[in-house]
Order: sequence, then structure tokens, then C-alpha cells
Amino acid sequence: MTAAAEGRKRDTLAIGAVRRNFAPWADPAAVPLIRFEKVTKRFGEATAVEDLSLDIYEREFFCLLGPSGCGKTTLMRILAGFEEPTSGRVTLAGRDLIGVPPYRRPANMMFQSYALFPHMSVEKNIAFGLEQEKLPKGEIAARVAEMLRLVQLEPFARRRPDQLSGGQRQRVALARALAKRPKVLLLDEPLDALDKKLREETQFELMDLQVKLGMTFLVVTHDQEEAMTMADRIAVMDRGRIVQVATPGEIYEQPATRYVAEFIGDVNILEGRIGQGEGGRWHIAAPEAPRGLLVDGGGDGVAPGRQVAVALRPEKLRLLQDEPAPGTPNVLAGEVWDIGYLGDWTIYLVKLASGRTIRVSRANATRFVERPITWEDKVFVTFAPEAGVILTR
Amino acid sequence: MASDGKSVGKGVGTSVGDGRLGRLLVPAVPFLWLGALFLAPVAIVLKIALSDATIAQPPYLPVFDWSEGWTAILDALGALDIENFALLTEDPLYWRAALSSLRIAAISTVLLLLLGYPMAYAMAKAPEKLRPVLVMLVILPFWTSFLIRVYAWIGILKPEGLLSALLLHLGLIDEPLAIMNTETAVFVGIVYSYLPFMVLPLYATLEKLDATLLEAAEDLGCPPWKAFWRITVPLSLPGVAAGALLCFIPIVGEYVIPELLGGSDTLMLGKTLSDEFFKNRDWPLASAVAIVLLVIVVGPIMVYRDIETRRMERAR
Repeated sequence: MTAAAEGRKRDTLAIGAVRRNFAPWADPAAVPLIRFEKVTKRFGEATAVEDLSLDIYEREFFCLLGPSGCGKTTLMRILAGFEEPTSGRVTLAGRDLIGVPPYRRPANMMFQSYALFPHMSVEKNIAFGLEQEKLPKGEIAARVAEMLRLVQLEPFARRRPDQLSGGQRQRVALARALAKRPKVLLLDEPLDALDKKLREETQFELMDLQVKLGMTFLVVTHDQEEAMTMADRIAVMDRGRIVQVATPGEIYEQPATRYVAEFIGDVNILEGRIGQGEGGRWHIAAPEAPRGLLVDGGGDGVAPGRQVAVALRPEKLRLLQDEPAPGTPNVLAGEVWDIGYLGDWTIYLVKLASGRTIRVSRANATRFVERPITWEDKVFVTFAPEAGVILTR
Repeated sequence: MASDGKSVGKGVGTSVGDGRLGRLLVPAVPFLWLGALFLAPVAIVLKIALSDATIAQPPYLPVFDWSEGWTAILDALGALDIENFALLTEDPLYWRAALSSLRIAAISTVLLLLLGYPMAYAMAKAPEKLRPVLVMLVILPFWTSFLIRVYAWIGILKPEGLLSALLLHLGLIDEPLAIMNTETAVFVGIVYSYLPFMVLPLYATLEKLDATLLEAAEDLGCPPWKAFWRITVPLSLPGVAAGALLCFIPIVGEYVIPELLGGSDTLMLGKTLSDEFFKNRDWPLASAVAIVLLVIVVGPIMVYRDIETRRMERAR
């Protein structure tokens, strides 16, 4: 094993040790690094951020996730100091940030367009922030060299940004923002301009780097896959508000609302009315499931008679060719409408009698299947009570 | 599709030849234009500059006789008469006129830059809706004749003129202004007339400047006034170069403004040229001055072209 590979392995182990038990948000004694308290931002008539409160902890890799126009970028720009909130308070490490200009804030930003200075070489770009602090020349040079090594751009130190590839520019932007060792690094759609393969590699590099530097990262993205891969916690935003703040696993498995369930990953939604409760589970009368649904207990507001939505992830559904025994709940009868073969997965679109299509995905765990399911087959979609999530909002 | 095109080309052999002729014809048009309207006049002026003055119509002797054919032309080339150029180097008047032209052009360009940069900057920072109006206001004076606008300045600058009256009325001065027919008046006229040529290229560069670069500078701890010098100014240098040369080059040869607003002590090559031409009727000497002026001005143009090509390459 080469030294580099060995080093890499050690880093990976370190990430495991750091990430394994990292959950300051669950600790009531922990003091957040960044606090947004009832922050509202209006641009004329339009409200970009509305009465939003959020705590972010030190060393956290935090993602603001949402569609364009949901206010996530505005929230980040408020933290960077480019926008002043209309009302509310923002503190960083206990210090009130309202009225502090961007150039006096201990936060640095990596811009979506990278915003590299076109008339300066790579090393000058990285040194720019350090020169503002009036550090001694020797220290600036040492810090620039360290950053170049960190992002593996040493051979390109004297190039100008227009002589670099997109991926290299992204690294320069990252090195420039990291050079000042900010308390928090803000990343605005950091991987948006990269192609798919490079994006995946860079996701893991960013995670590596964040653990190695022990820094707090706040990422704005509209790409749910990116957020799920990188973040310790994700805040899902919708029209200026935060809908849910949770770990990627919680967001996916226990979405708080229908909006979150539909925004993250694929989901089937069945509507129904809550009936009898039975040992922490609820019977739900759904017109599309003649035998009725039996789903594990939801959160607040679940009560008999309530109209609810049941969210079902495609990979938690089973596809049967033979009708299940009478009396079993959670059966949807339909016909295979379309099949998408992805290699590792196959996606089946099953059309119910009501005309609604249910998406079922199945891992292709074996190479050959005895009775393959094919187009226009009569099939039965079933699922376990714990597979469904009852959503009241 | 591509193979179709090839087979057609092969089938009709002559069309290839026609295409080549057409490809030659297209650049030929601008070359003919340049040749007929630029190179030929310069050649004629150069020929006059090499001849001797005389009292005749036209007032110069031919360098050679066309009717004598090639031998005459070759003879003339062999005994090239550059006495007009020699005179320009000997008589201090011409040296002083040339240096004075360069000095006035240089000072004017600096004044234009000092005045034009803030204007262009303010225009680029103005709300987007307002910008076309501001550009329009800068261009608007062109709708009136240049000559009339310079004449109008006489009315403003003369001792009994508007400016003088206003300052007297405000009690800022005790006696009428004496700036008409001085170099100050020439500077006022030049700066006024050439301001759009400075403001427009500067505005074009400043307006295109990516605002996130300034945000990035500020984010990295650089206060806005410092970011102006570290980011905005260096990135607007192509506009500064364009504006400066667009002003400097014609100002060196400026004739109307020093003639109308300047005094007898305001020496400029353009004025000298016209004096030689109209007052002394020494066409050969005037032509020699014109050639010298051309040479002086070609230098900065080459520099400008070099900057432009380098910028274009970088943009690519």
C-alpha cells in the first residue's frame, strides 16, 4: 500500500470516529455556534425569509435544502452580511451580527460562480483574504502553500483563473475561502457547476476536508442527493420557512410533511381517513386499497376521522404475482404499466384501478428470476405496517 | 449530410473555383476601401510633402512627371527631396508645436480620465432602468454640430460671457474672467468635447464588471473603498486604455478648439498645419506636418491594438 493510500485510509477512519457519535443538537447543554432568531427578510412586497429560527452547532456540516426561491440563499447572505434582515437576530459564536459589515465577519463564503479575481494568479487569489489581515509576508506565503497542498493545486499556483478547468477553479475558490480559517464556511451551491462524476468525488472530498479542519460548513443546495450525502443535518425550506430540520435518515424515513416527503426522493402518496387504532397502529380507509391500510402510528394530530396522507417509499413496497391471503391489509391491485431497468434496480410503475400509478422499486439481487414480472401483468403491491408514514400536513 | 455536400462539390468541379473567387472577393472589398480612401490619400499627401512650394495652381511643383513614365519616378526616388522634413526638424517652431500638442493631449486625457471615471462609475452603479437614459444624455450633445458647441463656449468663457457674469454676480471674482483665448479655455473646450469618448468605453467595462467579485473581496475582509482599488480599477484598465487612446489620438491633431478658444500662444500641430496650408500657402510643408502628425499618432494606435488583441485572446 502506498503512503498516500495509507494516509487516505487513516483519514477515513478519522471521519468514522468523528461522525459516529456526533449529535450536538440532541444535547440540551450544547451551545449553538450560529443562531437565527425569528429572522424575517422582505424585499419590497416579497418575503424571502419569514420568522425563521435555526441553530447550527460547531463542527456541523449543515445543509439548507429547497427549490429555487425558497429563501435558502437569502438566509446564507444574511449570515455573510450581504443582506440585513428586516427583523430578527443573528448571532455567531455569541456575537450579534446585525450591523456588522461583511468584511468584519468571521465567516467566509464560496460563491456559486466562484467569483475568482480574473486579474490575479491562483496564489494571489488565495492570499487576498490573508493580505487584508495584514499578516507578515512569510506567514501569508506559508498559509497559501498549505492551502495549495490541501486542494492539490501546487503546480497551478501561478496560473490565472481563466487557465484552469472548472474543477480546478472550484478548488481555488474553496482554498481562498478556507485560507482565513473562518469560524464557518458558507458554500453556495458549491458543486452546481461541476459535471456529475466530478460532483460525486468532490462531495466526499468536502466531507473529508470538513472533518480534517474541524470547521463548521453551511451549504446551500437544491440537490437533495448532495444534501443527503454530505450533511450531518438538513433544513428543508419552503417559501421562506423551514419545514423540517433533521438528519438525512430522519428526513427520508420520517418526513414531517407531505412537502418534505415529496421533495426528498421518490414517494407514493395514498389519501385516506383514519379509523380504529390498534396497538400503536391505525386502520385507514383508503379508496384505492379495498382491504384497507394498517400503518404504524404517526405524530401529532393523528386521530380517528382525520383525513391523512400515507407516504410510501418505492423501495419499501413488495410486488406479488399471486393474490395475498384474504384478510391481509395493505394490498393494492393493479397492472404493470411500465418497467425501467437500471441494472442495480428495476422500477415498476403499477397502474391501479383508480388510474393512479404506484412506483415500486426492486433491487436486482440475483442475476436470473424464475417468473419475471413483465408489462401488463396483474400484480399486487403490498407493504408492512412500518413501511408507511402517516402525514397530517 | 456531410457526405452529400462533398459529393456535390466533386460533381460540379467549377463551383469549387467559383467559391474560391468569392472568398477572395469578400476581403477585397474592405481592402479596396482602405486603399482608395486611406492609403491613396496618404500617398498623395506624402508626394506633396516631397515636392517644392511655388506660386502656382496647385501651389507646388511636381516631384516627377507622370508623362515621362517609370524612369522619372525612379529618378525622383533616387534624388529624394526631404527638405520639408528637414525644415521641420530645424525650425524650433515645429518642435514646440509638436511637443505642445503632445503635452496638451496628455494633460487633457488625464483631466478627462479624472472627470470621466467617476461619471462612468456612477452610470454603471445607477439603477438598471436609469442607465439607458444616462447613456442617452452622454450621447445627446452629438446631435448638435461640434462647431456650434465649441462656438457656444466662446459665449460662456469670454470676459463679458455667462460664466464671468455668474461669478461676478455671486461675488466670487472682482473683475471679469480672463480665460478666453488662453490654454485654460482650450482645456475646457477639449474636455467638454471629448468627454463622451472617455465615458462610453469606461462605462462599457464598468457595467460588465461582475458584482459578485466585489462581494467576494468584501467577504474576504476587504472594505469596499479598498476593493474599488484592488478589484474595480485593475479590471477596468482595458476601458481606461480604450478611452484614453480614443481621446489622446484625435486631441494631438485637434485644430478647431485651439483655433476658436485658444490664443496666439497656444501652439498645436493641427493649427500649425492649417497656418502653413491656408496662410503661407506652403502645401508641401503642410503635408510634411500632416505626415509627422500621422506618425506621432500611429504609435499609440499600435499600442491600443496590441492591448485589444491581448484582451480578446484572454476573453477566448
